[in-house]
Amino acid sequence: MTTLPSSAPERRARRRPSAVAASRATPYLYLLPALVVYAAFMLYPLVQTANYSLYEWKGFGPATFVGAQNYLDLLADRAFHAAIWHALVLVFFYAIAPTAVGLVLASVLRRGRVRGLGIFRALIFLPQVIALVVVAVAWRHIYATDGTLNALLGALGSHSDIGWLGDADLALPAVGLIGFWLSTGLVMLILLAGMLRIPRELFEAARLDGASAVQEFFAVTLPSVRGEIATALVLTIIAALKTFDLVYMTTAGGPGTATTVPSYEVFNRAFNHKNVGSAAAVAVVLTVLVFLINAAVSRIGEEKDR
Amino acid sequence: MPLFRPALRVLGGGALAGVLALTACAPGDNSTSSAPTASSPSAVSTDISALGDVELVVWDQEVRGSQNEALEALNAAFEDTYPNVTIKRTSQATDDLKQQVTLALGGTDVPDIVQVNNARGDMGQFVSAGQLTDLTGYAEAYGWTDRFTDSVLSKVRYSSDATTFGDGNLYGLPQTGEIVGIFYSQSKLHALGLEAPTSWDEYLTALDTAMEAGEQPMVLGNLDKWPALHVFGPLQSNFVVADDIVALGMGNAGSTWLDDGNTAAMEQFETWGSEGYFGSSPNGTDYDAAWTAFTKGTGVFLPGGSWLATDMEAVMGDDLHFITLAGLDGQVVTTGGTGIPFSIPAKAENPDVAAAYLDFITSDEAMKMIADNGGMPVNDTAELAPADGVQNDIFTAFATVSETGTLLPYLDYATPTFSDTAGQGLQEVLGGQRSAQQVLEAFEDDYSAFVGS
Repeated sequence: MTTLPSSAPERRARRRPSAVAASRATPYLYLLPALVVYAAFMLYPLVQTANYSLYEWKGFGPATFVGAQNYLDLLADRAFHAAIWHALVLVFFYAIAPTAVGLVLASVLRRGRVRGLGIFRALIFLPQVIALVVVAVAWRHIYATDGTLNALLGALGSHSDIGWLGDADLALPAVGLIGFWLSTGLVMLILLAGMLRIPRELFEAARLDGASAVQEFFAVTLPSVRGEIATALVLTIIAALKTFDLVYMTTAGGPGTATTVPSYEVFNRAFNHKNVGSAAAVAVVLTVLVFLINAAVSRIGEEKDR
Repeated sequence: MPLFRPALRVLGGGALAGVLALTACAPGDNSTSSAPTASSPSAVSTDISALGDVELVVWDQEVRGSQNEALEALNAAFEDTYPNVTIKRTSQATDDLKQQVTLALGGTDVPDIVQVNNARGDMGQFVSAGQLTDLTGYAEAYGWTDRFTDSVLSKVRYSSDATTFGDGNLYGLPQTGEIVGIFYSQSKLHALGLEAPTSWDEYLTALDTAMEAGEQPMVLGNLDKWPALHVFGPLQSNFVVADDIVALGMGNAGSTWLDDGNTAAMEQFETWGSEGYFGSSPNGTDYDAAWTAFTKGTGVFLPGGSWLATDMEAVMGDDLHFITLAGLDGQVVTTGGTGIPFSIPAKAENPDVAAAYLDFITSDEAMKMIADNGGMPVNDTAELAPADGVQNDIFTAFATVSETGTLLPYLDYATPTFSDTAGQGLQEVLGGQRSAQQVLEAFEDDYSAFVGS
């Protein structure tokens, strides 16, 4: 038996790998099939989009090379600036607020040992399952002048006939609220999974030290789920920044330009204005923005983990 | 959790190198940059039977019940008349066809007949790229200029470089007509002690009377932006002469949004918005919800298009009526136009057969067939009008406007971006976010940037 521990590494050292296996290219060979598919359907369109953004092109007929002009135009383009600002407001509704509320909900659920937790989870997760188009149509009814929301306010005693999606000040928060409704369930689920993984001993130790529920939350729960928070934020921030269907279906960017978002601008420029170059430039800027913000968020999550 | 590290590395390494490699190849079809005038056929033949077996490829968007039935019947009749021709029809929704035509016309495998929207953003762009056949020769051979009124044909005429819209070569033929006017409920008017208005003055007075009586004067569902164009268009004719509106609406040089007439029209529209003539929130109301509410008794008048009549009549019956009013120059002018015209692509394989088909589906018999199926034909509208009801109002109004007045173009015809500019602007005037003057300046910027270029 004494030979066994030393023999394993010896054997490994003795058997010389074949030239193919030894080649540094071999692992990439295994990746190749997936990479080809990925490149054809993801990278190539991405590169094409970047390419289009350097041209003035209607989507048909001849194209004129304009270099960085489409990007320079965006610098002074107020419609584009407004769209970016709206997207950042939506980040609050899609990502920040759901994470805050999701944290509270998840820690209550964890502590409370709610009966029928599975059913509750499924219900909260439901918005994720419904197609966004259906969600948008449903909320259009809720926000209508004679819709559910106004009826609810009426039942509470204050007559209301606000057209929520048609009011310049209310439309963006109204769309944001739909995003909040969509995101909260997902975020809560991710955080709850993280919290259920925390060893019970930690909570017991905290309780023995006389920590209150709030202190326990900040001392034990919050630090333990930093990774999950980062994941939730990355997912929901991406969802917020690339929102298209919800805006297209509920307000089409209106009233006026009160709810335009970058993705809607991409569509509008490409298909309505037939200005493919500018649309592609917006798409590229949006992609870079999504990457930067999320790289920053995951970097923060990562540092806190250490 | 370095979720994005590898992705960034890939983007940085592979993709950027790819971008640099690909910047050399321009998008689009550079071969179509030849002179647009090459799209007019040299010889016109109307003898279809002599052409041997032909497969005619037709792309259309007539998917709704009545229109679809009419076109199916016409296709069958065409094949009976010319047994050597087989029609291969592809039918899809308006928006889908629109996206597909843009791609298809740039390619080599084009249909023989395709429906192309009149607007500068669509037909105008294709004309300037030399992608549509000039039908002038066929129009002479088949006598189309006698069959169609000038007001209708002007909606399918562009100069060969597409700088002028409304005049010049012919690039398509429409089958149906449509018109925007004002619907009203007879019983509502009666209850308010009002007669049906016959002029803009009477209409404006009727609105005030309704307001004072606590009724909502007009119904508008403008959540999707474009419906307000159908309210402003007719209103504009009370303040601006038709020729100026046509120039503005077709994106031709020679007019301006910043004159007294347009200012008065936009201020009237602003007043309607701020004083609640459209109810509490027209911008927050769905288009379909608005006319549905009207059929159930909300509001006195509904400015809207003829296409709403069939569905509303089903609920309101004889109570529903439709009017158009005389414009500033005394003639009946109102926003309206044609159904989406049928065009022949420049690269079509069988242009002669396609032209014969165009002639066939716009013949007098075809018009009757469309009317029989519940549509509004673009020609012979007065003769084919139903005996009574709201459809009679509409057919008569369309005939009057297209034959003796002016069909004003939809405002979004004007420039490739005007549908956006106008939709946004009218929403903002209604909601009080911007003043009438500010919105007119935005309209003028769009118009003059296009006309000037």
